[in-house]
Amino acid sequence: MVAQAAREICDGETVFVGMRLPLIAFVVAKRTHAPNAIGIFELGVMRDAPSRELLYTMGDPPNVAGARWCTRTVNVMGLLQRGEVAAGFIGGAEVDRFGNVNTSYIGDPSRPTVKLPGSGGGADIACLAQRLIVIMAHEKKRLRERVDYVTSPGYGDGGDWRARVGLPRGGPSVLITTLGVLRFDPGTKEAFLASYHPGSSVDECVSETGWALRVAPDVRETAAPSAAELNAIREYDPKGFWTNS
Amino acid sequence: MRDAIARFVPDGSSVALGCALEPAIPFSAGHELIRQRRRDLTLIGPISDILFDQLIGAGCVAKVVAAWVGNVSAGLAHCYRRAREQGIPRRIEVVDHSNFSIGLALLAGALGAPYIPTKTLLGSDICHTNPTLREATDPFSGERIVLVPAIRPNVTIVVAQRADADGNAQLWGPWGVSEEAALAANRVIVVADELVDGDVIGEDPNATLVPAPKASAVVIETGAAHPSPLQGRYRRDHEFFHEYHRGTRAMQGFDAWLSEWVTGVPDRAAYIAKLGARWTSLRDAPRV
Repeated sequence: MVAQAAREICDGETVFVGMRLPLIAFVVAKRTHAPNAIGIFELGVMRDAPSRELLYTMGDPPNVAGARWCTRTVNVMGLLQRGEVAAGFIGGAEVDRFGNVNTSYIGDPSRPTVKLPGSGGGADIACLAQRLIVIMAHEKKRLRERVDYVTSPGYGDGGDWRARVGLPRGGPSVLITTLGVLRFDPGTKEAFLASYHPGSSVDECVSETGWALRVAPDVRETAAPSAAELNAIREYDPKGFWTNS
Repeated sequence: MRDAIARFVPDGSSVALGCALEPAIPFSAGHELIRQRRRDLTLIGPISDILFDQLIGAGCVAKVVAAWVGNVSAGLAHCYRRAREQGIPRRIEVVDHSNFSIGLALLAGALGAPYIPTKTLLGSDICHTNPTLREATDPFSGERIVLVPAIRPNVTIVVAQRADADGNAQLWGPWGVSEEAALAANRVIVVADELVDGDVIGEDPNATLVPAPKASAVVIETGAAHPSPLQGRYRRDHEFFHEYHRGTRAMQGFDAWLSEWVTGVPDRAAYIAKLGARWTSLRDAPRV
């Protein structure tokens, strides 16, 4: 999952790096195919080299030491709103067939059964980045026909929904799960299975999805992590704090 | 700290805390609010890590205006969940934001502007559950926009590496929405790791987060942000966050945690002494 997330970062791009697994994905991308990528962190940090040690949060001192810019949140969010950020990562509790992500409420928001932490910067990245990379555990209860609450908009109810609600650009380019890689139909904006990870299968991906998941005609196995990708992950997170769960 | 909280943060205040996001969170000020049994507070902040959770669990809070409330490296916030799902220890109102929208609300407050227009949150349900936000049409372009009205906290509390006696406070590292929150507030409490002469401030005035005319109180306290980090002074105590997460799943666990680390401790100096060797091991944070 981390290796696949890293592959979604192209060399030279400016990307919004979120919490948890994206912290590692950025490091792996930098150390393999995207040495010139630049990372932006929403608390107001920009850096062109990964931090020297494992980060638990983007505000850890090693993420600030050696940064190229320390500033205010509204300045980095301004870059995002201006369309100058190529991609951003978010995770969440649940996602639906059009890539809408819920990190706020399970159940009725006025009387929730579970109160989740909320947006953080996720909704901003989903609204304003040129493309959105969503990372999620692949379980039927998480990949739902329709999420209870749209914290971070994907393609709404499909088609040209983003333009209709006034969003300037963007939308999810990929949903990377623990079982496979889902991409979005350019017309309908519905998610489909593009590849299944080694050890999983088309059937497992389909049966663990809460809607009738379409499968690409050329569906294949996801390329296994390369030696370089595995090395980068193990060197950066040797105890597996983020990558062993 | 005792005097600053007693004098400037009465019951019912709106208080902005943790506005630099993950670092420099004013935990010592939050703990003093709990010891003084403050009630009906409105907490304002983008993400608070576990400080908001502690104030909620202690029954100090009526309302939370935030983008995210949780435990950044460990997961969900148990007291926040108990309060919002079950009304324990009391019901709280939540006003949902994103990090950008709360930053814009505080920036509007800092500018003395009524609101700031934005493209963020179009299509997000945050626009529907946060009654203060309004969708509108841009009178210039005709495009859809969201109007984010100003937030003006009664009090903003910031942690900084150093301040002078007048309250000029300097913070290195990312500022998050701290500058906006301080300038938007009626009162600012500065909690500095070190007291310096005004001439030292004058050597690097670009680092000043809060200028003296905005500061109502200056508190000098070492380690005020622990377990969050303060750049160049001390690291983040990751394990402290994880212990809190494991220990506060049930209300009894939270009560025990609170009496050990907050109500059973008179002030931050005693808290740091209680940390002992754990505190010294954190004090090799990389400098900027």
